[in-house]
Amino acid sequence: MLGWLLRRIGQIVPTLLILSVLIFGLQQLMPGDPALILAGEERGDPQVLAQIRAELRLDRPLPEQYLHWVGRAVQGDFGFSWRIREPVAALILEKLPVTFQLAVMAFVIALLIGIPAGIVSAVRRDRPTDWLVNGVALFGISMPNFWLGIMMILLFSVQLGWLPPSGYVPLSEDPVQSLATTIMPAFVLGSGIAGVLMRHTRAAMLGALAQDYVRTARAKGLAERAVVGRHALRNALIPVVTLGTIEFGRLLAGAVLTEQIFTIPGFGKLIVDAVFNRDYPVVQGVVMATALIFVGLSLVADLLYMAVNPRLRAG
Amino acid sequence: MSAMSDDRSGSGGLNRPRSNSDSPGRRALRRFLRHRLAVFGLVVVVLFLLAALLAPWLSPADPLQTSWTAIRKPPSAAHWFGTDENGRDVLSRVLHGARASMAAGVLSVTVALLIGVPIGVLAGLAGGWVDAVIARVADAMLSVPFLILAIALAAFLGPALENAMLAIAITASPIFVRLARGMALEARATDWLEAARALGNPPWRLGLVHVLPNIVPPLLVQATLSIAEAIIAEASLSFLGLGQQPPAPSWGSMLNSAQRFLTQAPWLAVFPGLAIFLVVLAFNLVGDGLRDALDPRGERR
Repeated sequence: MLGWLLRRIGQIVPTLLILSVLIFGLQQLMPGDPALILAGEERGDPQVLAQIRAELRLDRPLPEQYLHWVGRAVQGDFGFSWRIREPVAALILEKLPVTFQLAVMAFVIALLIGIPAGIVSAVRRDRPTDWLVNGVALFGISMPNFWLGIMMILLFSVQLGWLPPSGYVPLSEDPVQSLATTIMPAFVLGSGIAGVLMRHTRAAMLGALAQDYVRTARAKGLAERAVVGRHALRNALIPVVTLGTIEFGRLLAGAVLTEQIFTIPGFGKLIVDAVFNRDYPVVQGVVMATALIFVGLSLVADLLYMAVNPRLRAG
Repeated sequence: MSAMSDDRSGSGGLNRPRSNSDSPGRRALRRFLRHRLAVFGLVVVVLFLLAALLAPWLSPADPLQTSWTAIRKPPSAAHWFGTDENGRDVLSRVLHGARASMAAGVLSVTVALLIGVPIGVLAGLAGGWVDAVIARVADAMLSVPFLILAIALAAFLGPALENAMLAIAITASPIFVRLARGMALEARATDWLEAARALGNPPWRLGLVHVLPNIVPPLLVQATLSIAEAIIAEASLSFLGLGQQPPAPSWGSMLNSAQRFLTQAPWLAVFPGLAIFLVVLAFNLVGDGLRDALDPRGERR
């Protein structure tokens, strides 16, 4: 088990290192001189430009710039935001809880819809219920997040006036208002994942229902409810748990546009604002942080998979 | 033909005995055509492609023509989809917007295939450190969610439709590297590839003649699904102002400006979004149908 973990981490480290080279390399794609952007009004003053270049080490050779950058990134230091002289890492940590609340709510919604729907559609395979569930899932997967968000604002905020169209209230400040401001974006985020989870659950349930132990359980006269719930579902959920963890990472990407539409000051809004302000260190930091979260989650997924599937523990 | 209830249950193999002259391609085509939803998806895809190609002739008006007498008019006989905040005809803009979307979807994925497949096949056939490096780079890129990587690339490249398309193409390529590499690795282990190598075929010939034909089916399925993803990505980038630049029409940027007029002109938000949804749905349906048709035993991811 420990050996496996070490090997797995041994795979992750080079992946992250390569990613850091790629993210650092993004800077080279940039048209124009970063010092000119930073200097702003004082762009005409060669002394200011030289000072900025020295400060950012833009005057050093590329490999040296990279080593300096990655050396600090390893310590959790992604440099300073060009816009609001604040550490990038602090900005990310400040915004992450907002997105995390949204992502957890979205994931709960996705689980509550996706898993029961997948079970029902597997049990009622090839019947109208199955077609209906599949259709709704495909709908959820194909619906662009941002359009669903706009349509929901149109219905629930503009037409019915039930929910605020935008803004965010922290959970610690006013839980009710916090839920009111996040329920729509959470549903928008969760809908696509619900469709994916439904498909995974359906496939896994169909696989489990075809197994010998299910036939045995049926043959010994167990009620269908017990066969499905106790025997098939438990085994079917193993792959769903793993895949679900990875889908949770995808919520971060979905949050970009969802937060933009509902003006929620989270992780996704951070990267969009950084793009608009040409605040490149923040863009780089957010991409690196997303990758870290994503890689961390897939490690968790593997560990969960081992935990629920004892046969793998020996290997 | 008993097309009923046959979708994706994988029972297609029992229907009728097949003659030996039946090629795998024809069999796959028949399975695909039996998949009614997939055929519907294909029809919608073709309609959107036609709309994109024929937009200048189909449009009732010039998509850029502003009119101070027709500002934010709801749908009517004169303007089927209404007019926008500058009095432009929304139907004409949606039709022209199909060009940006379809171009981004089809061209980006084509470029992604052209980048990803040769690199993947090379990695799989070469093995050793070449393979190790390529596989790690693909892993690294795949560890950043699609949209975030595309946004970052587009941000550094600068806001323009071509840059957005390039960003999407780069972001979409590692999945093809991974797919092609896997298939090439499988092929490398077979006797027939060993035989071909022993006969003195150069590596590029091995890749082109012996590996590529075998990986076409899974590539086709992935390419279709990637097009759906690329279209959403283009719309998202344009929505954020990183893709097609106004006043040129694109569905994403139309939705962005529609957001400001939700109370006064809700139709502005309905039609471009509906177009994105329909075309993405259609590509997903075709992708699902292709997957079932080309690999009837295969489970759905």
